[in-house]
Amino acid sequence: MAENSNPGAQPGSDAGGFDLTQFYGVFFEEAGENLANMESMLVEIDVDSVSDEELNAIFRVAHSIKGGAATFGFADVAELTHELETLLDRLRRNELKLRREMVDLLLEAGDVLKLLLARYQGSGEGRPDTAALVARVKQLATGHLSAVVGDGRRRVRVRVGPLAEPATADGLAELFRDIPSLGTLEPLDGGKAIEGYRTFKVRTNSPDEELIELFSFHVAREQVAITPFDAAPVRAGGPVVHEGEGFGFFVDPATLPAAQAAAQEARNAEPKPRAEKSQGGNLESSTLRVSVQKVDQLINLVGELVITQAMLTQQAKTLDPVQYQTLLAGVTDLERNTRSLQESVMSIRMIPMAFVFNRFPRMLRDLAARLGKDIELKTVGEATELDKGLIEKIIDPLTHLLRNSADHGIEAPAARSAAGKSPTGTITLSAAHQGGSILIEVRDDGAGLKRARILAKAKERGLAVRDEMSDAEVWALIWEPGFSTADQVSDVSGRGVGMDVVRKNIAALGGSVELDSAEGYGTRVSVRLPLTLAIMDGMSIRVGAETYILPLASVVESFQVESKTIQTIGSTGRVVRVREEYMPVVALDEVFSVPRDGSEAGCEIMVIVEAEGARTALLVDELLGQHQVVVKNLEANYRRVAGVSGATILGDGRVALIIDVASLVKRTRH
Amino acid sequence: MQSILAVDDSASMRQMVSFTLKGAGYNVIEAADGQEALEKARSQQVDLVLTDQNMPRMDGITLVKQLRAMHAFAATPMLILTTESSDEMKAKGRAAGATGWLVKPFDPAKLLDVVKRVIK
Amino acid sequence: MGMMESTFTTPGTSAHLHPQEFLTFRLGAEEYGIDILKVQEIRGYDQVTRIANAPPFIKGVVNLRGVIVPIIDLRLKFNLGEAKYDAFTVVIVLNVLQRVVGVVVDSVSDVLELGPDEIRAAPEFSSLLDASYITGLGTIKPATEGGETRMLILVDIEKLMGSADMALVERAA
Repeated sequence: MAENSNPGAQPGSDAGGFDLTQFYGVFFEEAGENLANMESMLVEIDVDSVSDEELNAIFRVAHSIKGGAATFGFADVAELTHELETLLDRLRRNELKLRREMVDLLLEAGDVLKLLLARYQGSGEGRPDTAALVARVKQLATGHLSAVVGDGRRRVRVRVGPLAEPATADGLAELFRDIPSLGTLEPLDGGKAIEGYRTFKVRTNSPDEELIELFSFHVAREQVAITPFDAAPVRAGGPVVHEGEGFGFFVDPATLPAAQAAAQEARNAEPKPRAEKSQGGNLESSTLRVSVQKVDQLINLVGELVITQAMLTQQAKTLDPVQYQTLLAGVTDLERNTRSLQESVMSIRMIPMAFVFNRFPRMLRDLAARLGKDIELKTVGEATELDKGLIEKIIDPLTHLLRNSADHGIEAPAARSAAGKSPTGTITLSAAHQGGSILIEVRDDGAGLKRARILAKAKERGLAVRDEMSDAEVWALIWEPGFSTADQVSDVSGRGVGMDVVRKNIAALGGSVELDSAEGYGTRVSVRLPLTLAIMDGMSIRVGAETYILPLASVVESFQVESKTIQTIGSTGRVVRVREEYMPVVALDEVFSVPRDGSEAGCEIMVIVEAEGARTALLVDELLGQHQVVVKNLEANYRRVAGVSGATILGDGRVALIIDVASLVKRTRH
Repeated sequence: MQSILAVDDSASMRQMVSFTLKGAGYNVIEAADGQEALEKARSQQVDLVLTDQNMPRMDGITLVKQLRAMHAFAATPMLILTTESSDEMKAKGRAAGATGWLVKPFDPAKLLDVVKRVIK
Repeated sequence: MGMMESTFTTPGTSAHLHPQEFLTFRLGAEEYGIDILKVQEIRGYDQVTRIANAPPFIKGVVNLRGVIVPIIDLRLKFNLGEAKYDAFTVVIVLNVLQRVVGVVVDSVSDVLELGPDEIRAAPEFSSLLDASYITGLGTIKPATEGGETRMLILVDIEKLMGSADMALVERAA
């Protein structure tokens, strides 16, 4: 294992002529997952009632990383994980009792390992010094602990015999009874001699010599054999036959090929019926690792397929249904199959929110400790799925919101108790599907937003506020840049650069965010995001000679109106009455400056759309139909266009713009 | 062509072992733990078993024992890949019926060398 | 009436190997040359979807085998004569700024190879284009005796397309 002091060199890349660097990628990915696993297990651990299985699982993580690191020559990683492994091994064997400081140290070690691995992958700056950490791990692994099971005494196996009278060995048990400080003795043979030998497990702080001295009161010295515990009794069979550097054989290899021919006594264990599959299945073996590029390409291809299918469907409409019955039936089947295929493919990119939520327990734990607060994190709806592209981009805004809750929302334990609340604050992260969107909420039961303070601050900044503003309007002030009513700017959050950036980021994802609060009770931040970006149900409409697409999910209803039912308010506002409501009217030909040739007045079609809880009536010329559209990004080659959320390709090959309903609705509100 | 059953819960290790052995002309069957290895072993011809010791569901020593209990594997060479070469581990391996062991980390050249010596 | 379409393969490297190849086209009274490596293909002008409230020289977007591509009419941008759109209207599809963009020109001529001795620095003279976009002047000797020497204005088309007044790229507010 090469000691590598040159951070730039690629260790392990020349191992006897084999290029190992090609395996690095998988190792890094795997190690990353392992470390993430270890971290979440450590955060979940209840120090007072930790199970062997948990300790075993964490041990295996360290072991696995060590193996790979050593093989590929990442010496510092291997060294650190080796020490962790030693510590964890003792823990899982109950030779050491788990303490909180060990959990903290393990978490810290995990962080350092991440850094070390990041360095090898090319990112990260300085080299973290692991020497001190390694020393601390060593110390914890060998230190003495409180007096519970496995208190640092060494364990040995004592084999006594051959005894003429096996019962004499019972005298040894008496010794331990009479001398408590000697340790403990436990028979391993169920109290019965095997071929005249008795075997015991002894836990003691005394050296072997001292034990033999004492034992000699009952049995002859030569009859006592003391070996370290866990050494499996060497069964019948000779010593190791051949040993080389780093390997060895128990049998003479030369005999192997011949052995097959020999008739061996087969203890006939017929393979158990194949039906006996392992319970529950191992999650790892039922998933596949696939590169994001491949998935994206698949989605693109399916998108193209949808376009072609739409074109065929359209062409098919022009055919004589009797003459082309079979063909038309085929086209209908095609449409159904394409839709199913597309749904399946889109779901590949959907990832459960748990992926996002997983990082927060650890973050919150550290944060709460730093802030001196007691915070519990609850998560709801982790199985709710979101498109992969969005998942990655929602992490930063959510992190900021959580930090805000922890820093400004939840009060210090003393303040909470004084207010009659439980000293432990709760932050709830939830995700749920709602219509065509996903709703993510960050709720805390903290102090809530202070209306008076916000108003005062707004006035200070010269923002136009009125005392009679509704709560919702007051909370909305928070989104203004530079706004923060935090008394002290902690380094956690509250430098006032946060919330407006959060809102912008979420808007960039096509989503929206809202605040609600009750002073003294808590705050809730609601983030709404579109579920998928790539394929959606659309309604095509005609304005002048142009075709536009409305997202079907935003369309409430449509009907024909006569222009006289549209009333004017003020100089430019227009409204239309729909049942009991008056709704603002937006003429799409005006919004998009569609050329008009003077005809078409009188009959108009009104489409009621809804976005973010508000409704608007759009004036269009004609409804052309409903169909699925593949959403294409305008910004890939061009730029963002106001009022337009994307583009699509129609069945005839033309491009149609997709209307950004939310922005149209907003227009009418200001 | 001879087949080798390579068992290790670490995908990167499996990859390296698999690549090395395939490069030397062996067919490689991979498994992520003892249980999976056992299932695969029941349905395929295996000329050598290479197994890690520490794995979930079923560890290497147990796998060796289980395989030895099967008629078809009574004489198949089996090597345990282990990070420790303590007497205890050797004894356990031997008792389970392993043919030998290989200490991790090892380089591909050594792997091939040892495999060549024991495979039938 | 078929659309004129031809495709040039764009080699992966962008190293400037002398001599360089240029696609030549006409805009108004002048002839221009651009690096052939930036040209993806040449198409006719068809089925452009208008984009509301864009500058008049941005005609809109088209569907290029499933990709949405903006079309800029350089004749309008530079106020050159009459911009008509018929079967002979030509669009050069460029691959610049990591985007695919189409530009409408008067006509496209050949692909010419120019050696370093055939290119000289452009003097300061007023042209359509800001001198910072002009990389040089190419001289093409007449093919026949007594013919005219052609002058080719060599343009850094990528830089031109990225300029603020092309309004192609969104600038940070």
